[in-house]
Amino acid sequence: MTSPVFDRIADIIAENSEVPRDRMTPDAHVINDLGIDSLDFLDIVFAIDKAFGIKVPVEQWTQEVNAGTAPAEHYFLMGNLAQRIEELVAAKQAKA
Amino acid sequence: MQLEYFQMVDRVVALDGEAITVEARVPEASPVFEGHFPGHPIVPGVLLVETMAQAGGWLLLALNGMTRMPFLSGVKEAKFRGFVGPGAALTVQSRRIHDGSGYAVSEARIESGGKRIADAEITYRILPFPADALRDAMMANAHRIGLPGARDA
Repeated sequence: MTSPVFDRIADIIAENSEVPRDRMTPDAHVINDLGIDSLDFLDIVFAIDKAFGIKVPVEQWTQEVNAGTAPAEHYFLMGNLAQRIEELVAAKQAKA
Repeated sequence: MQLEYFQMVDRVVALDGEAITVEARVPEASPVFEGHFPGHPIVPGVLLVETMAQAGGWLLLALNGMTRMPFLSGVKEAKFRGFVGPGAALTVQSRRIHDGSGYAVSEARIESGGKRIADAEITYRILPFPADALRDAMMANAHRIGLPGARDA
């Protein structure tokens, strides 16, 4: 059972890449397993930003991964990505 | 405009919040016209895209205080609605429609003689300047075109 946020993100990735929707499982790594490249990921983040009214902090995530302060899986496994988006949406709603 | 040097913008007319308007005059002569096309000189569509990309690029540079460089990373829905010949005066408008993390998206259009010539949605990746020489050149160009904020920098 996946969450509505997960399903929306999976739909967005399917719309902005050539990856079949049925490959988007919670344990799929967006880059390593689904093969999403950085340009497609930019389109995906733009669509996620628009869909959820947030600003996905991709630069911060990338810096954390490169610095070794966060594992890439924390942000780029589909299930975790959906969780991060849910947290960003909740943080935005808490501010409103 | 100096097409051979990819210097597409002549002057900033207005910078208003999330939008910029610039002017660009197509030169009367250019080696570009020798090939595109013999007997029928017109500005290539890719250079019209470049012109829209540069207008939006200057907008983003102004918005970030010339601290980071926008690089073209995507063009969507580009349409070319009319020919642009030597000597044409172009008005180029660009509006930032999304400010993302390390990227931005703009909508741009070109008008000439009151007619819409081209439009596109353009995506930029925004990165630290990779070379001091590039930052210096961009600053000099910002002065040349009168980019607000760069005039006194």
